[in-house]
Amino acid sequence: MTDSLVRILPEIVLLAGVFALLALDLLWKNEASRRTALLVVSVISLLAAAGVLAGSSADDVAAFSGMIAVDGFARFFMALFLVVAFFGVFLGYASDEIPHERFGEFLILLFCVTLGLFFLSKAQNLLMIYLSIELVSIPSYILAGFRRGDRRSSEAALKYVIYGAAASGLMLYGFSLLYGLTGSMDLAKVAHALQSLNTATPGTHLVMAVAVIFSLAGFCYKAAAVPFHMWCPDVYEGAPTPFVAFLSVGPKAAGLAALARFLLVGYGPPTGAHALPWPVIIGILSVATMTLGNVVAIAQNNVKRLLAYSSIAHAGYLLLGIAVGTSEALQAVMMYLGIYLAMNMGAFAAVMAVRSMTGSEDISAYKGLGAQKPFMAVMMAIFLFSLTGVPPFGGFIGKFYLFAAVIHAHTTFFYVLALIGVLNSAISLYAYARVLRAMFLDGPEGEVSAAPVTRVITAVLAILAVPTVILGIWWSPLIAAIERSSSLLH
Amino acid sequence: MVYATNSTLLTWLIFTPVLGIGAILALLALRPVAKFSQEMIDQASRAIGLTATIIASLLGIVLWRGFDGGSTGLQFVHHFVWIRDFNIEFFVGVDGLSISMVILTVFVFLAAMIASLPWFGKLDDHHPHFSKKRVPGYMILFLLLETGVLGTFCAQDFFLFYVFWELMLLPMYFLIGIWGAPTRTESDGRVRGGPYAAIKFFLYTLAGSVVMLLALIAVYYTSGPSKLIDGTVTAHTFNIVNLIEMSRAGVFAAAAPILGMQFTKVIFVALFLGFSIKVPMFPFHTWLPDAHVDAPTPISVILAGILLKTGMYGILRFNMQFLPDVLTWAAVAIGVLGVINIMYGAFVCLAQKDLKKLIAYSSVSHMGFCLLGLAALTPQGLSGCVFQMVSHGVISPMLFLVAGVIYDRAHTRDIEGFGGLATHVPEYAAMTGLAFMASLGLPGLAGFVGEVLVWIGGFGSTDTTFRWLVVVAIPAVILTAGYYLWTMQRMFLGSFKEKWSHIWDLTWRERMTLYPLAIVTVILGFWPAPVFDLVNTTLFHLLSIVKGGV
Repeated sequence: MTDSLVRILPEIVLLAGVFALLALDLLWKNEASRRTALLVVSVISLLAAAGVLAGSSADDVAAFSGMIAVDGFARFFMALFLVVAFFGVFLGYASDEIPHERFGEFLILLFCVTLGLFFLSKAQNLLMIYLSIELVSIPSYILAGFRRGDRRSSEAALKYVIYGAAASGLMLYGFSLLYGLTGSMDLAKVAHALQSLNTATPGTHLVMAVAVIFSLAGFCYKAAAVPFHMWCPDVYEGAPTPFVAFLSVGPKAAGLAALARFLLVGYGPPTGAHALPWPVIIGILSVATMTLGNVVAIAQNNVKRLLAYSSIAHAGYLLLGIAVGTSEALQAVMMYLGIYLAMNMGAFAAVMAVRSMTGSEDISAYKGLGAQKPFMAVMMAIFLFSLTGVPPFGGFIGKFYLFAAVIHAHTTFFYVLALIGVLNSAISLYAYARVLRAMFLDGPEGEVSAAPVTRVITAVLAILAVPTVILGIWWSPLIAAIERSSSLLH
Repeated sequence: MVYATNSTLLTWLIFTPVLGIGAILALLALRPVAKFSQEMIDQASRAIGLTATIIASLLGIVLWRGFDGGSTGLQFVHHFVWIRDFNIEFFVGVDGLSISMVILTVFVFLAAMIASLPWFGKLDDHHPHFSKKRVPGYMILFLLLETGVLGTFCAQDFFLFYVFWELMLLPMYFLIGIWGAPTRTESDGRVRGGPYAAIKFFLYTLAGSVVMLLALIAVYYTSGPSKLIDGTVTAHTFNIVNLIEMSRAGVFAAAAPILGMQFTKVIFVALFLGFSIKVPMFPFHTWLPDAHVDAPTPISVILAGILLKTGMYGILRFNMQFLPDVLTWAAVAIGVLGVINIMYGAFVCLAQKDLKKLIAYSSVSHMGFCLLGLAALTPQGLSGCVFQMVSHGVISPMLFLVAGVIYDRAHTRDIEGFGGLATHVPEYAAMTGLAFMASLGLPGLAGFVGEVLVWIGGFGSTDTTFRWLVVVAIPAVILTAGYYLWTMQRMFLGSFKEKWSHIWDLTWRERMTLYPLAIVTVILGFWPAPVFDLVNTTLFHLLSIVKGGV
């Protein structure tokens, strides 16, 4: 037990942070300085968690009787979540959508979600996967409805809850079928039992297919992939932007990480006569997701909704990597997520900046931004071009690695998927170009407010733009780190 | 063959514009501190832009002087490992084909830069001129574009090539969109203008190049073991020199088919798609009239003079040098598409009322010659193809510059609206006449040499289909003469319309761009040897490979 506790030291530190924030929020009387104190404490706990994570041993072991796997893969994602949380904290601090007196509440919920993300990336057991997803979801519902007075925020929370409940119900049903088939909750044992499953019994195949497809529901919901993407645009539009920035990267990455673990460890490679063709299922979901995301993004007039559909499309690209399922593809997915973190959070930071200036999130509010606020507009342009996947920005490198892995599979199916995938990049350009056009090509409509943007947002934008650009030119350190930490515990 | 670094000149040349960008950015960053006025920033940006393009041109001359035209290999090689994980190298070098394009690029960019300055001559102050709008941004994007183009022509690593290739798109989008024509609604209700043209250009080229990206990856994973420049043995390679050697050794011909089709053919088509959109080849040419017409003058100059050549360069470098066997298979199809370009472009020109649109479609027609010359696979045809690239790279900038001259003064390009200008602005009329004559292929001017070589090359092909193609395409010469002379007549002859009495003749700024181009046109018309000295050794070597001689 003590052994296992050592393994979750980063989580323990994070939990300590939650308690510290809770105590601080209750006990610190001075309203003005409380926010600063909360910010300092949360940054310290994140740094402490990062330090513990960096100092933890690099071997891959199971903990808590196989409930969680502490491996390189999980460690990479934990590092990613810490960075996401870090920027989430600062964006929340700078946002006018988070009331000052409720900043502590926001932080506590954010930390709880992060804790759930940590466990989700490690979960090696069906039950643990389910619990982690719920731990991520429940605080997320509250955060989505954080702006209590705003009807759209309440609507977002309600939609999120209903879809979440449906998806987790389906997943639970899938899990129970899987348990019935294999007699185990442990992913490795499930894999083993599936290999030696007696397929002579009539209906076994059907049950297996139903089990897999239903289980996918929960993961697709977290990753905002078709057909469980419907909550995404509404939640993104209604929820406070700092949380949306966090939501679009953290839970999505965790959902995909858990999915990768579930499929690769729980099912293993789809070889053998009785194997389930999950790469085909995921592959088809992937192109459906990316095509839907990119095509519908074109029609959006609200930038947050546009970015919501863009994040759906990116879930599609990432699913493509998981469908291939090789270690190379897994590394590409991790690489993509690392870059996606910078560019997507950057884009949302820019949305926040424009919102604080104009009070609007419509594309028309961006008109003339290039002339009025060149720095802001150029930053936004960098993030959008990177999301499109045009050199010399990081997004291109992410796509390059991803499609390289897909092509390397050398099968007709994946050649076709790759072709659809790259053509999707061209479609996505059209969607992003509407914002670019508003910012640079169209003149300002009326008077643009000269309300200054807070230094925090400006700093976040600049800090996120650096990796977005640098990773497009020099990414050896990132890929080296990923290669060191792509081991999945079987 | 292993090419080790023997010069860093090319890297300096490619990244000189980036240094200029750095200087402008530094200027902008210092602005709040040093309290520069907007006017100072604008003038300084222009000066930096001009300096950077001049330095690039000087480096281009140094390159030219040092180039050995008798060698088939790469020269001025700079080669080091860039991303070890994916065996990507920074590898630049020039052979005869590359260097001719590099030299063309630096000079056309210099001319375009001069045309982007509101200096040395009068501008109509009553109309906003693009050269006075958001100057630092314009200069940054202009210089970024130059780096992209130079890199494309020099890159000898496939990945590096792709990065430079795509690098051209981003600045072009903004240059057309921001500084181009404002959005307007045409008489038939269609909404056109810079923003529309910009996104159309971007989408077309991006769609082509993402397919190219897949081909690039597939080629990489099919390639055999190779070595990085530092001696590391690798399983696959992006090194174009090595890829070409492997292709000759049959590595790709023996590769597993894709979607049931031969690997090399699929790759050929994917690459050709990406390149032919840029050429532009019928039926992918529709972005060109929009982009050329609605871009500001210097950007039209670069588009027609240089960007179209990157497509042709790609076809020569990859479809021909890398996949020669498939090229022989596809030659007739390419020849036919070339002839369609020639004839279709010429016919459409006859119907144009807008001077700039006419010139844009004439580019479609003239780039068809390049395709036909290449497809014939004869020494004359190939020389003609590359010579046509160079001559079109000199003549089409002149054409767009003269169109810009009249637009800056009259704010219209409607051919029918002018008349009798020859007496009022004789120098302008003479320059326009020279450009038109050169473009229609008058003997003694550069346009003639390329065209005639393509005809000879096509006729000399062992495949008699090409004779018929030449026969079908030759009437284009008459059509071309027809539309140019008719345009001359409508604009410059006849009775002078009084409403144009405020129009003034060429200024020094325009002379500085037009005269050098005119002189080159005349010199190359009489004495084309400098171009052939540069390119022929390389081209004939290439051709012998295609023909299976080596």
